[in-house]
Amino acid sequence: MSEISIPVSKLRKKQPRFQGIDSGHRACPGCGAALTARLVTEASGPDVMLANATGCLEVFTTPWPESAWRVPWMHSVFENAAAIAAGMESAMKAQGKNTKVIALGGDGGTFDIGFQCLSGMLERGHNVLYVCYDNEAYMNTGVQRSSSTPHAAMTTTSPPGKERMGKRHLKKDIVAIVAAHHIPYAATASVAYPSDVRKKVRRAMAVDGPTFLHIHAPCPLGWGHDGARSIEIARLAVETGMFPLIELERGGLADVMPIRNPRPVTDYLKPQQRFRHLFKDDVRAREELEHLQAIADHNIEVYGLRGERPDALDTEAADTAHRGGMRWA
Amino acid sequence: MPEALEGSQAIARAVALCRPHVVSAYPITPQTHIVENISKLVADGKLECEFVSVESEFSAASVALGAAAAGSRAYTASSSQGILLMSEVLYDIAGLRIPLVLTCANRAVSAPLSIWNDHQDSMAVRDAGWIQLYCMSNQEAVDTTIQAYRIAERTELPVMVCVDGFTLTHTLEPIDIPDQAQVDGYLPPFKFARALDPMNPMSIGTLVAPEYFTEVREVHHRALLKSVDEIESAARDWAELSGRDTAGLLEVYGSPDARVGMIAIGSAVGTLLDAMDRYPELGPVKLIRLRCFRPFPFEALKAACAGLSEVVVLERAFSPGSGGIVATEVRAALSELPEMPRVHGYAMGLGGRDIPLETYGRALEVVGREPPERFAVLDLRPEQIPAEEL
Repeated sequence: MSEISIPVSKLRKKQPRFQGIDSGHRACPGCGAALTARLVTEASGPDVMLANATGCLEVFTTPWPESAWRVPWMHSVFENAAAIAAGMESAMKAQGKNTKVIALGGDGGTFDIGFQCLSGMLERGHNVLYVCYDNEAYMNTGVQRSSSTPHAAMTTTSPPGKERMGKRHLKKDIVAIVAAHHIPYAATASVAYPSDVRKKVRRAMAVDGPTFLHIHAPCPLGWGHDGARSIEIARLAVETGMFPLIELERGGLADVMPIRNPRPVTDYLKPQQRFRHLFKDDVRAREELEHLQAIADHNIEVYGLRGERPDALDTEAADTAHRGGMRWA
Repeated sequence: MPEALEGSQAIARAVALCRPHVVSAYPITPQTHIVENISKLVADGKLECEFVSVESEFSAASVALGAAAAGSRAYTASSSQGILLMSEVLYDIAGLRIPLVLTCANRAVSAPLSIWNDHQDSMAVRDAGWIQLYCMSNQEAVDTTIQAYRIAERTELPVMVCVDGFTLTHTLEPIDIPDQAQVDGYLPPFKFARALDPMNPMSIGTLVAPEYFTEVREVHHRALLKSVDEIESAARDWAELSGRDTAGLLEVYGSPDARVGMIAIGSAVGTLLDAMDRYPELGPVKLIRLRCFRPFPFEALKAACAGLSEVVVLERAFSPGSGGIVATEVRAALSELPEMPRVHGYAMGLGGRDIPLETYGRALEVVGREPPERFAVLDLRPEQIPAEEL
C-alpha cells in the first residue's frame, strides 16, 4: 500500500459535501431509491428544484409535517413529474434564473403512467434532468408488475403458477425510446457504482437541454433479498449484462462501462426471491433461464460491453483519464 | 374606446395585460382561438412570456402548476374533454393552494361527441376546489380575467373563468380593452410566499396522514367561503378603475318586488334579459344571474330571493340520474329562508342547442304548477326519441 500523501482534511474537501436528502426518512434498509436521491443531489448541489412523481421516494421522504429534503421539492400527482418540471423550468427561464430543474420518478411513473409527459418534456427541449430510479415494479403499492419489470420476474400481478412463469413480457427499453427524442445526453447507471452515478449527474447538469438518467435501484422488499446485499445485487446486474451501463449523446452510443468477465445471469437471479421459481426442476424454468441469459448476451453484444479495456474502476479519476482529461469536470 | 373583437381575441389581450410569465395550452375547440391569439402576441413581441405548447391538457395544467409553484404567474385554457383530462391536476392545483387562472371555454362532454356549448365540463369539476366565475358577455370575460388574477393571488386559490364556447368565444362584439397602466395599477406583480426557492427550500405536496388530512380540507373549504369578500372587492375596485359596472357574486335584474324569480348562469342570461324586455305581458320577474358558482354565494342568493314565492332555475348541464346541479344547490340555499320559495329546475341549451327568446315564456309556464318541477329538460324534442326509450 502506498502512503496517502494528501492530508485527510484536504481529502475530505474533495468529497461531495452537499446532501440534498437528509437522514431520518422512512425508506427500508438497502433502498435503492433513497440512495439514488442521495447520489443525485450530492452531485447536483443545492441550486436545484425537484419535481417528484408519486411513489416510494415521495412517500418515505415527506410524511407531513416532516420532510427529508434540503432542496426545494414538489410532488403533484403520479404521472406529471416531467410536466411539473417543464413548468418550473419555464418559470426559471421567465425569471432569468439558472436553477436547474430535476424530475424524479420511479419506473411506474416513467415507463408507464408518466410516459407521455416525459416524451413531451423531452421533445420540447426543456432544460430538465429527468432521473428514473428503476426498481422494476410498483413497489409503493405492493410490488405489481410494470413495463420495466424484467421478463419472468415474479410480482403480485405476474405471479408464477401452473400456466405462467412470472412476467410474460420483456422489459421496455426506455433509454432507447428516450434517446429517440434526439436529446443531448441519456445514460444508464446503477447505485452499485456511486462515482459513476455522480459523474453522470454532473455531466447531465452541465447540458443546457433535456437529459435522462436511468438508475438501477434495488428494492429489497420487492426483489426479495436482504437489504444488506442491495449493492452486491445491483453490481451483479451490471456484471451479468442484465443492466448495461451506457451513455448516449444525441441518440448515439457514446460510452459503455465494460465487463471483462461477464458472469452467468444465474449469479444475479439466484439471490432474489422474485426469480426463485426459475430454479425449480421444471423445463419451463430452464427455458426462461436460457431466455434471460440470451437477453444478457444480447445486451453485451449490441452495446459492445465485452471489454478489451480494463474494467472501469468506479472512481472519478479513472473516468477522467479514460476520457482524456477534465472534459466534463 | 371599444374595439370590435372576437371573444377569444379579447380574452387573449386581457391575459396579456396581466403579464403572465408562463402560458401552457393544448388545442381544443372552442378554446383554441384564445391560445392562438396569445401565441401571436408572443410571436409579435407584444407579450414576453414562456409559451409552452404541450402534448396534452394534462400537461397544460401540470406545466401551469409547476410554473406557479416556482413563483411565476401562469395561465392555461381548455374546454370539455380537455378539462376532464386535466381534472386530476385541477384538484391538485387547488389542494396545494396554487394561484393561477384558467379559462374554460364551456363545451359539452362526450359521449355523444359534441363540440358545442353547454356547462357540463366546468360543472364536472365544481368540486375540485377552484373558484368558478361564469361570464355573461365578452366584456365581462375581459374584466373577469383581470380580476381573476387578483382574486387568485390574494386568496391562494385557483380561478376558473368560464365563458360559453362559440356563443362568447367566437362572437365579435365591441369591447373595451383596458390600458396597461390601468391593469398594472390594479394587479401588482406576482409574489407567491410559498414559491419554490433554493435559498429557502420548501417541500410542497407531501403525504398527509389521517391525523391532518381533515384539517387541510377544512382550511381549503374555509378559504373558498372567505373568498367571497375578495371576489366582491375585486369587482368593486375594478368597476371604480374601469368605469364599468362589474358583477360580484351575482347580479339581479328586472322587477325588485316580483314574486317570481328566474336563476341562470352565463351568456343565456343575455337572451333572457332581451326576452324580459320583449314580453312584458308575462308579468314581473326578478332575474338572478349567478356569476360566482364556487364558492356558492349562499347569503347573496338568499338576500336576492327573499320575498319570492316561485323560482325557476335554468341551467346548461345536469347530473343524470339526479337532475339539475344548480337547482339542487339553489334549493339547499333557499331552504334556509323562513319562507322557502317553490323551486322548479330545468336544463336547456345542451350540446349547443340554441336558446331562443321564447325559452323565457316556456320556462315561466311552470309557475304555480303543483307539485313543483323537480327536474326536466325544457327544450326537449320528444318526437326525436324512439318510443321504447320514452
